[in-house]
Amino acid sequence: MYSFDIQRPTSVGDAVAALGTDEALPLGGGQTLIPTLKQRLSAPSVLVSLSGIAEMKGVCTGDDGALCIGGGTTHATVAKEASVYPGLAALAGNIGDPAVRNRGTIGGSLANNDPSACYPAAALGSGATIVTNTRSIAADDYFQGMFATALNEGEIITEVRFPVPEKSAYMKFEQPASRFALVGVFVAKYADGVRVAVTGASEEGVFRWTEAEAALSSNFSADAVPAAPSGDGMISDLHGSGAYRAHLVAVMTKRAVAAAS
Amino acid sequence: MPKDHGIGASPKRREDVRFLTGAGNYTDDINVHGQAYVHFLRSDMAHGTINKIDTSAAEGMPGVVRIFTGADFEGVGGLPCGWEITDKNGDAMKEPGHPVLCQGKVRHVGDPIAAVVADSLEEARTAAEAIELDITELPAVVDMGKALEAGSTKVHDDLADNLCYDWQFGSDTETTDAAFKSAAHVTTLELVNNRLVANPMEPRVAVGDYSRANDEHTLYTTSQNPHVIRLLMGAFVLGIPEHKLRVVAPDVGGGFGTKIFHYAEEAFCTFAAKACNRPVKWTSTRSEAFMSDAHGRDHVTTIELALDKDNNFLAVRTDTKANMGAYLSTFASSVPTWLHGTLMAGNYKTPAVQVNVKAVFTNTVPVDAYRGAGRPEATFQLERVIDKAARELGVDPIALRRQNFITQFPYATPVAVEYDTGDYEATMAKMEELMDIGGFAARRKASEAKGMLRGLGVNCFIEACGIAPSNLVGQLGARAGLYDAATVRVNATGSISVMVGAHSHGQGHETVFPQVVAEMLGIDEGMIDIVHGDTSKIPFGMGTYGSRSLAVCGSAMVRATEKIINKAKKIAGHLLEASDSDIELKDGQFTVAGTDKSVAWGDVTLAAYVPHNYPLEDIEPGLEETAFYDPANFTYPAGAYACEVEVDPETGKVTIEKFVSADDFGNVVNPMIVEGQVHGGIAQGIGQALLENCAYDENGQLLSASYMDYAMPRADDIPHMASYVVDHSCQTPCTHNPLGVKGCGEAGAIGSPPTVVNAVIDALHSGGHTHVSHIDMPVSPSRVWAAMNGQ
Ligand SMILES: Cc1cc2nc3c(=O)[nH]c(=O)nc-3n(C[C@H](O)[C@H](O)[C@H](O)COP(=O)(O)OP(=O)(O)OC[C@H]3O[C@@H](n4cnc5c(N)ncnc54)[C@H](O)[C@@H]3O)c2cc1C
Repeated sequence: MYSFDIQRPTSVGDAVAALGTDEALPLGGGQTLIPTLKQRLSAPSVLVSLSGIAEMKGVCTGDDGALCIGGGTTHATVAKEASVYPGLAALAGNIGDPAVRNRGTIGGSLANNDPSACYPAAALGSGATIVTNTRSIAADDYFQGMFATALNEGEIITEVRFPVPEKSAYMKFEQPASRFALVGVFVAKYADGVRVAVTGASEEGVFRWTEAEAALSSNFSADAVPAAPSGDGMISDLHGSGAYRAHLVAVMTKRAVAAAS
Repeated sequence: MPKDHGIGASPKRREDVRFLTGAGNYTDDINVHGQAYVHFLRSDMAHGTINKIDTSAAEGMPGVVRIFTGADFEGVGGLPCGWEITDKNGDAMKEPGHPVLCQGKVRHVGDPIAAVVADSLEEARTAAEAIELDITELPAVVDMGKALEAGSTKVHDDLADNLCYDWQFGSDTETTDAAFKSAAHVTTLELVNNRLVANPMEPRVAVGDYSRANDEHTLYTTSQNPHVIRLLMGAFVLGIPEHKLRVVAPDVGGGFGTKIFHYAEEAFCTFAAKACNRPVKWTSTRSEAFMSDAHGRDHVTTIELALDKDNNFLAVRTDTKANMGAYLSTFASSVPTWLHGTLMAGNYKTPAVQVNVKAVFTNTVPVDAYRGAGRPEATFQLERVIDKAARELGVDPIALRRQNFITQFPYATPVAVEYDTGDYEATMAKMEELMDIGGFAARRKASEAKGMLRGLGVNCFIEACGIAPSNLVGQLGARAGLYDAATVRVNATGSISVMVGAHSHGQGHETVFPQVVAEMLGIDEGMIDIVHGDTSKIPFGMGTYGSRSLAVCGSAMVRATEKIINKAKKIAGHLLEASDSDIELKDGQFTVAGTDKSVAWGDVTLAAYVPHNYPLEDIEPGLEETAFYDPANFTYPAGAYACEVEVDPETGKVTIEKFVSADDFGNVVNPMIVEGQVHGGIAQGIGQALLENCAYDENGQLLSASYMDYAMPRADDIPHMASYVVDHSCQTPCTHNPLGVKGCGEAGAIGSPPTVVNAVIDALHSGGHTHVSHIDMPVSPSRVWAAMNGQ
């Protein structure tokens, strides 16, 4: 780790101001950033901790019925308090281990947009809105490939709004070492159609499996899930080929549909 | 009624009080006043020629004490290999130099190029970034097959090629070929024994300290055998005589073999402490551990099994390539040869067994002993090929094994060793009972009803432990003796310190060894402590590995305690005015046989140190005895293992539903600790079978360089305790050591990998995937899926 200064603002405004300095980075739960710093792969001069900002924490229901989660809310809190959206609560409750869940935050996860992370599938699969200190971004516009998002430098995720579906489930097939998603599929059934988002599989990061969405929108049953997508463009590594991942996309989608509640 | 003390009792592990309350004293807990810290600049290339290392900018950086490169070690020896293997053509193995810091070339990712000693670790790391390296990258040699091709890039330019040795052992070629010619059936299997990273919970640490006042060096290190390190480093690397070098291995957080070896960082810290006149400390990061701790296994083998028309085994022939990595680690050469070839007969009376091994240099981290060392590789091949043969012949795999069991002991195998005792039928029957083999069909049905495939895997294993008779291993090329030593120091008031050559790094010696002495003397275990891990305190013993501690060092301790008893009886005889031959020792009382005249243990020990009324003309005062014990043979623990798996046919994921081990460890001193050892060993075997995979790409980059990609077994990968049965009730005591013990530390890791793979293949066959005859470990979901789908 290189040395850095740390600031602990208590409001979003102060945080944004602190981030205005050169080479400042926001610090959420630190579950991704701290290991990166320890390996000296990143050298911010200032870390702006978001964990003291009360307005960025907690789970509530908005006027439009959407589930609103503060950007600084930990996975453990979501697992416990997002019971109106059981598919999402279960997803949060199965990220990492208790230590990770007690520190890691939804904002940090979405800002990082790891291609194997779980939350991106929920956000995209729910058509969520990512709210920042300056604007609201639709999930469909937010995810822009592996580790790439629509966020500008110094922009902070303050809240994420999830429309609550009739039924949903997340099925994660774990990579044996990291237990991130080798393939994770989030299925959400809304009155106006079904959304299916896939994480872990594609070299482009999280994506919507539109064929499955179409098929499931007319018949929400496991049997309706189409044949596996092509393995082209799927991640191929030590833990599985692109073809295997493509196969798992279909299997996990079926299981998610079957498990949806 | 189970015993509540002494041999056969299961007192809780006394060392756990300090381990579990954070009061342990690990090497990283040791901080010497004024110490500096070293950071090693390691190669990120697998292979390259060093043109220039420019340290000038780094030297002026804040906190830097001194920067070392290979040039600083030119007058110093290289890291030695402790076992010479003779090639089948009579030549000695190729033994390339292994410098403390790279000289001329880098040969694997992680090879240390330079070492920065600074006031703080962060300053050392920052300065290391300012070292300018001019290295020309060379093609890397990773695959063993390619490494042996004519014209391959050479890992060591001064050798003719990448072959370390070509070794042949066991039955001669004529006999073996004849057996294969006469066979009614031959089963052939090609397989990989996957490369593993040992991953002890505590990474390696070394602290070097030097006293100018009396020219004495101290090395604190995470070692399984401090005396071995003192000898190797003192005599071969740094030229420090033993009386000027103290090696301390305090609490050590797991070894699994990888802390046996003498490493560059130990020699560096010892050397640098004198050169800088300051203590120098190194603590490995987990990332460094992946690229600098010796790896394990990494064999590629073709095994053939010949059977006659009645399914009797006629011959086994193996052809193995064993990866040595870039340099020969301390015991690397012995693992694929003597620790592997000698076990190829297994539990079976196969008349001809021939083992062929080529050891190969590659641009990878050195490979050496890892829990089981050679014996898991032998067991895996043999038990997999037997399973394949049973399937090909359509016979029951248990019956096929049974039919070929060795039943008469002692039994001289065609691969040199003589099994002193065993009862393979007993462990097989025990396994069948505990596994409820009869109920398997119903359990399979239940799994199938859930859409899962269920498989049953069984196998046997044998291992050679208690390493080893020194004269025998000397003939085989070992450059060390393999006895052990213990000193029993009885104090004036009767308490006892036992200084042992064995080293406990998780095994529980501090609990078990006193149980033995307490039983012999009839006194309370609480009066006895074990001292280990410091060459200035303990006699010259060889340390702990190869399941040898109780069988070898424990035997030395028994011999020393017998000497104590003999002398104490003389003192008691004097005090009781009787002949010492009439004195009996029971429950801590010395009694004149047939009388009620007695004297207590404490009175005798006090007399030894306050010899006012004492037979000074016959015996010396004091009560302290040392014994060295050199075993007459190896010990041969054996057993039968079984497991049931469920395979998800859609994803290929394997879940272990039940695991049973029936082991014969001979006599058992502490059943709880034995069960813990087997539980842990099987967990590691399951790790190897299903999860662990140390993989390199073709450029020699380590793909599984952290826990993000290297999968360790976790609690939920192991069956629930109720379905995880380890039994050691079958006991044929070792015939040649005083305790009749065989050793239990490695059994689980040796026996279990074939059990799991056999079960997976069985499950796939039940699902109609009859084309799948083998899947290489780790049997990961993607590999199972690929095998099922012919990919
Ligand atoms: C052992 C382990 C297991 C894990 N397993 C999983 C898993 O199974 N599934 C999974 O999805 N994840 C997993 N994770 C990752 C975990 O979910 C992290 O919490 C998450 O990726 C990052 O969140 P954080 O709050 O810790 O962010 P940090 O590490 O603090 O930050 C990550 C990045 O986001 C930026 N950032 C942080 N907060 C904000 C914000 N509010 N607005 C804008 N930018 C911000 C930071 O500057 C940094 O660049 C695991 C992590 C570990 C250590």
